[in-house]
Amino acid sequence: MKLILDLARGMLSRRRRQTLVSVLGVALGVAFFIAIAAMMSGFQTYFVQQVIDVQPHIVIKDETRSPTPQAAQMAMPDGAVQINGVKPVDRVRGIRAAGDKLAIIEAIPGAAAAPILTGTALLRYGSRDVSVSVTGIDPVRYARVANIGKDMLHGRLDDLRSTANGLIIGDALALRLGVEMGDTVVAVSPRGVSLQMKIVGIFHTGIATLDQGAGYMLLKVNQVLQDRPNVINQIQLRLADVTQAEPLARELESRFGDRTESWEEQNRNILTVFVIQNAIMYSVTGAILLVASFGIYNIISTVVFEKTRDIAILKSLGFTEGDVQRLFLVQGLIAGFLGAVLGCLIGQLMIEGLAQVRFQTATPAGNDRFLLARDWRIYVIASFFAIASAALAALIPARRAARLDPVQIVRGAA
Amino acid sequence: MSTAEPLLAAEAVTRTLPEGVTLVTDISLRVEAGEFVAITGPSGSGKSSLLYLLGLLDRPSTGRVLLEGRDTAALSAADLAALRLSRLGFVFQFHFLLPEFTARENVLIPIRRKGSLTPDAGQARSLELLDALGLADAADKLPEQLSGGMRQRVAIARALANDPALVLADEPTGNLDTKNAAAVFDIFARLARDEGRAILVVTHDAELAQRATRRVHLVDGRIVSDERQ
Repeated sequence: MKLILDLARGMLSRRRRQTLVSVLGVALGVAFFIAIAAMMSGFQTYFVQQVIDVQPHIVIKDETRSPTPQAAQMAMPDGAVQINGVKPVDRVRGIRAAGDKLAIIEAIPGAAAAPILTGTALLRYGSRDVSVSVTGIDPVRYARVANIGKDMLHGRLDDLRSTANGLIIGDALALRLGVEMGDTVVAVSPRGVSLQMKIVGIFHTGIATLDQGAGYMLLKVNQVLQDRPNVINQIQLRLADVTQAEPLARELESRFGDRTESWEEQNRNILTVFVIQNAIMYSVTGAILLVASFGIYNIISTVVFEKTRDIAILKSLGFTEGDVQRLFLVQGLIAGFLGAVLGCLIGQLMIEGLAQVRFQTATPAGNDRFLLARDWRIYVIASFFAIASAALAALIPARRAARLDPVQIVRGAA
Repeated sequence: MSTAEPLLAAEAVTRTLPEGVTLVTDISLRVEAGEFVAITGPSGSGKSSLLYLLGLLDRPSTGRVLLEGRDTAALSAADLAALRLSRLGFVFQFHFLLPEFTARENVLIPIRRKGSLTPDAGQARSLELLDALGLADAADKLPEQLSGGMRQRVAIARALANDPALVLADEPTGNLDTKNAAAVFDIFARLARDEGRAILVVTHDAELAQRATRRVHLVDGRIVSDERQ
């Protein structure tokens, strides 16, 4: 094998320029793949992190996934039952036996849960009215499932407890209402309850819908405002291991019956976009590598063509078809390997270059640069595909070389 | 290998191309160790075709070729390659040295392929072979730096690399001047006489053929005369 390697090296070194061109072709394919993959996967990782950061990992809602089964259907599960004019039971909405459920969830290791009552309210200050979605929280428990605490510009989450009818709103909403810390606004709920509320905190999350239209108050206060005493309509969960969100959500849903959504389910549309994005990336870089493999095919074909005499002599010396095929396959592999190594270096440089780029726009999340994933697996994947495609490209001319009949070559030459 | 067996034997060998052209017809030939055989004949008489058949590069359509008593018809392509590697040596009209490698490396290729010598012993053997052919100074030169006669001698050294019992040469002097051609034939004569190798040389040069110990004359793919000195 060492002999085959030496022969292959000798043959390639004679045509440095051609070899260099095909090596560069592979290298560029690899480098682009690495750079694009770093950008995309960096952005996707960042995005998922933001989603995981901002949203609860699991939300239990006060509804069921399918409508309540009717008694007639339960009595005759296999029968063809038609029920007309069903009048739904007007029961109190909310998660039932919430306390027990919270206790069960809190017993799961690595899980934190917070009870919540969401609703809408009209905030009135002076002549301005803004409709906002208000969330009733227990500050201590809520702090364990959400990061709103670290987004506070003024005040703290805990101030809700020390102030009667305290309210925390986003900075954009404060601007719209024209309120500042300590001001008192009137909150009116759809049930007609109205409360005087004092602004005890202002936050900025970077997410426009939250900053413009969300408010936080004590759970008990919101229960009064919404006229739903002792009711909660969401349990939010945060997990130590986010990958467990989906299986745990399924488990909780089958146990409690309440509709339970993991962050993956809530963001399925975006995660689908990522899949498409990745498919585009793989096809683009696949195309580059395809072009590069044509370069390798070309050079190995040329070598085989020019080396027919050498092939004849090697065969007459006692080299087998397998030896000859390996000889040219190895040349393709060498080109692919050099291309992969060079491509990894160029890709690394491209990443370093991209890392220097600064955008002049200030994005809400405060990012003015590419988010780059520096993942060794990207390099391994790129190198693997480069070497594999090089081997494939070399295989065709190598097989042709192996099948050459030395007698015909010698006859043709004589 | 029994002593009764000739080194090489062709029995009623006929080679017909798929297109219907017959290259050689009904050739029977026995070659013993130490014989220096010149195969002569006009162009197109099938000299080279016969050499390729005897050198196991080609297979006969009918008849059989036996090397050291073994019927080669039953052997696979890989087996034939192994036989060529260890028992046969080839020299062609065009030297066919690998241009990227020095004279010594060219001689080393079959030695390394066979792999029965240590790297050091292989190096020593290649230098010894080149030295014996008066090429000691050319060992580390590339083929393009050598004259035609020197290249052909390197090719002979390479053919001898694995100590073959039989050396086959196809018009080895076709591209050489008279002096170099004579030198090559002298080498062949010495290899047969002193080292007991069988030499089969295809040539159209009747004068050079006189240096061989046996002359097989072919016309239209048939042996018309077979004379020994």
